[in-house]
Amino acid sequence: MGIIHIQAPVVSDELDSLRAGDIVAISGYIYTGRDAAHKRLIECLESGKKLPVDFKGQFIYHVGPAPAKPGHASGSAGPTTSYRMDPYTPALLDQGLKAMIGKGFRSQAVIESMKKHKAVFFGATGGAAALIARSITKVEVVAYEDLGTEAIHKLYVVDFPAIVIIDSLGNNLYESEPPKYKKP
Amino acid sequence: MRELHVDTIKTTVKELFLEANYVIGKDIYRKLAQCQEEEESPIGRSILGQIIENDDIAARERVAICQDTGLAILFIELGQDVHIVGGDFNEAINQGVREAYKEGYLRKSAVNDPLFDRINTKDNTPAIIHLSIVPGEKVKILVTPKGFGSENMSATKMLKPADGVQGVRDFVAATAINAGPNPCPPIIVGVGIGGTLEKAAQIAKFATLRQVGQPNPDSRYAKLEEEILTAINKSGVGPGGLGGTTTALAVHIEYFPTHIAGLPVAVNICCHAARHAEKVL
Repeated sequence: MGIIHIQAPVVSDELDSLRAGDIVAISGYIYTGRDAAHKRLIECLESGKKLPVDFKGQFIYHVGPAPAKPGHASGSAGPTTSYRMDPYTPALLDQGLKAMIGKGFRSQAVIESMKKHKAVFFGATGGAAALIARSITKVEVVAYEDLGTEAIHKLYVVDFPAIVIIDSLGNNLYESEPPKYKKP
Repeated sequence: MRELHVDTIKTTVKELFLEANYVIGKDIYRKLAQCQEEEESPIGRSILGQIIENDDIAARERVAICQDTGLAILFIELGQDVHIVGGDFNEAINQGVREAYKEGYLRKSAVNDPLFDRINTKDNTPAIIHLSIVPGEKVKILVTPKGFGSENMSATKMLKPADGVQGVRDFVAATAINAGPNPCPPIIVGVGIGGTLEKAAQIAKFATLRQVGQPNPDSRYAKLEEEILTAINKSGVGPGGLGGTTTALAVHIEYFPTHIAGLPVAVNICCHAARHAEKVL
């Protein structure tokens, strides 16, 4: 299977042709966000304030990286389980968020919102954190620095390895693949 | 009476947490390699290949196998003829954790209050310490950094004695299978049967730390481990939950006497990065 090269962020409909199961390599920059940052972003929206990051066309990676050793751009940085971000995700998709990278089931509400906004959920391999960190070339904290590992970081990446789990039509690899290997 | 200085405990705890976070056990590594050969799904084989490559990188560069370097958990067997000197035993353990997580570039994942404040303690303490007093004058320290992707998929159930073997089998298999991709399969399934609510949970955690695939010495429990493992691996969940024949690497059951009215069962799920290290002082 060929690897599809993706540039992040996107300006328009670049992700629409991706299908669940496509193997991709993501280059450019992506934002990190997990539980505490998502909570703050939504509180920010609810209070009518401007978000610290413009998410239009952007990618959010559900991750809380380990600290970087000297000489390393990033510490180990594998995906955290994405369902915990489900309550906050549709509001970010409404803000133009185009892709998420994570692992694990997503709620039906998130999938419906993804279809509406033609967004994509990429999976990264849980626990392959040292391997994934090699594709990160630079890390900057852009918001909520007090949250430490949970702050919003901007990660510059080259050929970040991922697979399309849920595409913009709602096709879901977690639903289509396991039944093929189910035994009586 | 043997004297043991708290500094030795602190240093040992620190070294063990560094080792556990950087180097996956040989038993798990071998099992992953074996499963990669046997896995039917091409995506599954590729995921297992990434996991093995990741474990190689982490050990070689001495970086964290997984960014979730967990809560710090210890099982300590303290010989009753050992006299701890030079300071506070629990504080020495926490200081060892602090130094490992700070100096070892490990993520600090502990929050001070679970519900209201949720402020990071910034040094990954407090450790969770399970202490037992045993005969002799040795101290065995077993540490395990436990990530929460898999911890969150764990469950306990107070079954009825009438639920029997079938009830246990169904509950354990369903807990592992319904977790799907969330706990980073392939997983290790620790099962605690008997005791009370908390005893079952504690021995379930301890069960995850057994050498992978080493069966329970009681042949009836060993057979049940095998049956549940087969059921889980027939589910199709597969590596990363993306389909395949490798969903669990092992099912380990520990048991304990219980009440005439009860059959507590705890299932502690551990991801493929089943990290632990031990030393006898």
